[in-house]
Amino acid sequence: MSAPFLYALVGMGLFSLGLYGLIVYAHLLRKILALNVMGSGIFLVLVALAKRTGEAPPDAVPHAMVITGIVVAVSATALALTLMLKLTAETGRAELPNEGKE
Amino acid sequence: MEVVFTEFPWGIILILLPLMAGMICFLWPRMAQVLGLVTTFSITLSVAGLAWQMLDTGVYRHAVGGWGAPLGIDLYADGLSLLMLATTALVGFAISVYSAAYFEREDATRFWPLWLFLLAALNALFLSSDIFNIYVTFELMGLAAVALVALAGGRDALGGAMRYLLTALLGSLAYLLGVALLYHGFGTVDIALLAERVDASPVVWAALGLMGAGLLLKTAVFPLHFWLPPAHASAPAPVSALLSALVVKASFYILLRLWLEVFEPLVGSEGVYTLLGLLGAMAVLWGSVQALRQTRLKLLIAYSTVAQIGYLFLAFPLAAAAGVTAWSAAAYLALSHALAKAAMFLAAGNLVRFGGHDRIADLDRVVQRLPLTASAFALAGVSIMGLPPSGGFIGKWLMLEAALAQGRWDLVAVMIVGGLLAAGYIFKVLGYAFTQADVVHESKTVPTSMEWAALLLALGAVLLGFLAVPVLSLVGIGDPFGISEVRP
Repeated sequence: MSAPFLYALVGMGLFSLGLYGLIVYAHLLRKILALNVMGSGIFLVLVALAKRTGEAPPDAVPHAMVITGIVVAVSATALALTLMLKLTAETGRAELPNEGKE
Repeated sequence: MEVVFTEFPWGIILILLPLMAGMICFLWPRMAQVLGLVTTFSITLSVAGLAWQMLDTGVYRHAVGGWGAPLGIDLYADGLSLLMLATTALVGFAISVYSAAYFEREDATRFWPLWLFLLAALNALFLSSDIFNIYVTFELMGLAAVALVALAGGRDALGGAMRYLLTALLGSLAYLLGVALLYHGFGTVDIALLAERVDASPVVWAALGLMGAGLLLKTAVFPLHFWLPPAHASAPAPVSALLSALVVKASFYILLRLWLEVFEPLVGSEGVYTLLGLLGAMAVLWGSVQALRQTRLKLLIAYSTVAQIGYLFLAFPLAAAAGVTAWSAAAYLALSHALAKAAMFLAAGNLVRFGGHDRIADLDRVVQRLPLTASAFALAGVSIMGLPPSGGFIGKWLMLEAALAQGRWDLVAVMIVGGLLAAGYIFKVLGYAFTQADVVHESKTVPTSMEWAALLLALGAVLLGFLAVPVLSLVGIGDPFGISEVRP
């Protein structure tokens, strides 16, 4: 098993783990962290993909994607955390209010 | 002068103008409202300029900063992109006029920059020609939209916004993993280049699964619609209108574009489009029944959005044999739904402003007291139900025609039952609007511009019924549905 393949596999593992966390946990901080774990998994896959060139220098495009992705993830996390704080101040619990369900 | 119109990079204006205006709104909050109105009006003119240019020269392609496709970012517009841009510009301008009267000082300074960012993101999304760029614009759109939902404050809006954010991020991440797989498989993210290289390999199937799931989640197709009603119903009225009319269409547009171009080798496999059609049919029925059961007006309209999105997905199983008719029908439905649904949410906003609540049973003789708003709701309802001569009628008629030609009686039945249920929930509202409520509420005045914005949008949705030929010939620019002639 080559190193890039291992990285990609670990990335997929993180993605699945994050997805599980997002669905299972009720606490919003855990959900936000789970999304970040999913994101990191994808970044790992992208970094591993950069080695698709074989012996030649790694492909820079996936790296550029990861950097863009990190910027997006930071902004999204900031917004999510702010919303979580506002929601906690409003309801006293860091969880999604329930009556949205039908 | 001639050169200005044939070579002017309208696409750049469409993205940069709202982005810069949004930032200026942060710097000079007092100017926000004027700036917002001027910007959205200029965007409408720019889209008209782009349309004129495209009528002359065909598809629009612009390499940003002079860097070409494999390395740099390309902007690309064909008839389908133009349709979405025009819808966004027109509906956006009407909603801006409405918002100028709706939001008071404090809220206005928060609303305008977010709405301008959302507009920039939507325009960038419709002009994107590579799948990674689409991911970035999705996130820009999602963050602005979530912040707009949260503007209303309070438990419902914050909860709705949070649910919306988590869902949108999950959808984007699934989409991004699909992008990574496609890049791995074919070494490019450009849609046109991908279209040349893809084959029916496992990588493409995995990417289709991931991107499809992410986009379906973002488009709120049954059973992934759970986040839509709380977010759309708890947001301020102009924001609900923006979300229901434009934002859900954006992810549908991407799904359609990828489906038509990148995943074309897989289109032959019956399972996928049967599944999409089934989800669409379930959405039509489930959304309509839920809408009928609601007691709050804004929730009713939000569930109606779930149902109307279902219609768009009925095009997938029909397109296999009747591509152009089915896709034109979906495009037309998307356009007329955008106008009609925006009008409905704005009308609902007027009713909330007027009576201080949106309980359907307590609507107190609004037909006499707010005749313009009641007309707006009724006219928008005509288009949602699909009665002639509205735009909704043309879209549903084209789709029925495609279904009848293929003998898909099950889909015909779904469309007809969906139309009847739509009539049910719209007349339910109108019935209460005519009668006196048990409880009399104090009423507030509604600014005239808010009433007219809703009415003009609704009139637009109805008038679309007369514009089928020119609109469909515009959509045909650059041949987005793969066949050179678009039949109205």
